Amino acid sequence: MLAIVDYGVGNLFSLTSSFRAIGFEAALIKSPEQLRLADRIVLPGVGAFKDAADKLRATGLFDALKEEAAQGKPILGICLGMQLLFERSFEFGEHRGLGMIKGDVRPISDVIPKGLKIPHIGWNDLKFSPHPLFKYLRGEECVYFVHSFYGADCPSVIATTDYGAELTAAVGEKNVLGCQFHPEKSGRAGLSILKAFCEIGG
Amino acid sequence: MLRKRIIPCLDVRDGKVTKGVRFLGNRDIADPVELAEFYSENGADELVFYDITASAEGRSLFTDILKKTASRVFIPLTVGGGIKSLDDFDRVLKCGADKVSVNSGAIADKTLIRKAAARYGSQCVVISADVKRQNGKFMVYGRGGRDDAGIEASSWIKFCVEEGAGEVVLNSMDADGVKGGFDIEMLKEVCGDIKVPVIASGGAGKAEDFTELFKALPWVDAGLAASVFHYKEIAIPELKKRLFENGIPVRF
Repeated sequence: MLAIVDYGVGNLFSLTSSFRAIGFEAALIKSPEQLRLADRIVLPGVGAFKDAADKLRATGLFDALKEEAAQGKPILGICLGMQLLFERSFEFGEHRGLGMIKGDVRPISDVIPKGLKIPHIGWNDLKFSPHPLFKYLRGEECVYFVHSFYGADCPSVIATTDYGAELTAAVGEKNVLGCQFHPEKSGRAGLSILKAFCEIGG
Repeated sequence: MLRKRIIPCLDVRDGKVTKGVRFLGNRDIADPVELAEFYSENGADELVFYDITASAEGRSLFTDILKKTASRVFIPLTVGGGIKSLDDFDRVLKCGADKVSVNSGAIADKTLIRKAAARYGSQCVVISADVKRQNGKFMVYGRGGRDDAGIEASSWIKFCVEEGAGEVVLNSMDADGVKGGFDIEMLKEVCGDIKVPVIASGGAGKAEDFTELFKALPWVDAGLAASVFHYKEIAIPELKKRLFENGIPVRF
């Protein structure tokens, strides 16, 4: 069963609808027990890093996610969900993440030229290396971004985007995957990435 | 490179898409869910749904339409119209909206943007301003352009952005429905130094109007229009080809 972690951040209507559109029913799960029954896991998220990490800890999902990832279950973090996979975030202080992906989450203002708007909102190129997640993409495609922080110092980058600087657009370390952009809002390209995720390791 | 966005706007009343000229004389033109799917398949980068219903019945019809659209269309959806409280934010976000645009509600309750941004994040809150020239000044109007809010537009928009609005839609009431091109002068005056994305609305009549907009004001992020798309006077794929040929980055 495909499971979407429902820990009270963001609304999951579009995400569940997008999986349904490509033929996969996703269960919304709220507890570690439910998480253990899942075959593959999607970790969504919008808002602040610390709030989200605190909510995952309060529900016991923080440790459960690490355990399930260690067992090799495919996990896809989306937007803030991707950032949570990292070791640390410097969004309003310093906070520990799940540590499944090496690197830190830092403000894009550190690297982009002054004068560019923040957040980085809109459709931008996905420049990707060959990876099962991108097997259905035709070449360079645009996907939809909304973010002010990015994954830095990361050896597991599998796609980038150019917003005055090369920013991490997707990461992958064995079964642990993440997209900074919103595949559920990125039209056909986005749906094809979700489909590819559903087929990884399966 | 970030692409310029082309955004069709669907005004919905009693379950149908309408579009008036200069805010008067709306008439029904199409089924909103079908139209949304059509746009999404034909190059729209985002959709705006505007609820111009007055009745409670119409409102629940609107949320049904929104749900149906969000379960079939996988590009960003912004919803506006009648958003007065956090409960209204909740209602439309649960039906699949990604962003919520506020106008009169933010004028009536000056804390609404701050409260919404704190709860849902700035990326979720769009300030939409209906602006009209008055004695040489740009003034903000509420209630679908019926009420002069007595606020000067550029200070209003700055205030909204400071409060946490993550995007600005500037709708020129002087240009709306006239099809004489976007209101470059107003955009420059009112949004020239805004640090969040700016969406130009009102006045699009032909493809060249979009080219002119993005050439004259490279910091404008998106162009929004309704009737020219609904009446098929401009086809979005053709418009994007034209923009591309003029060196303006768009998504295909």
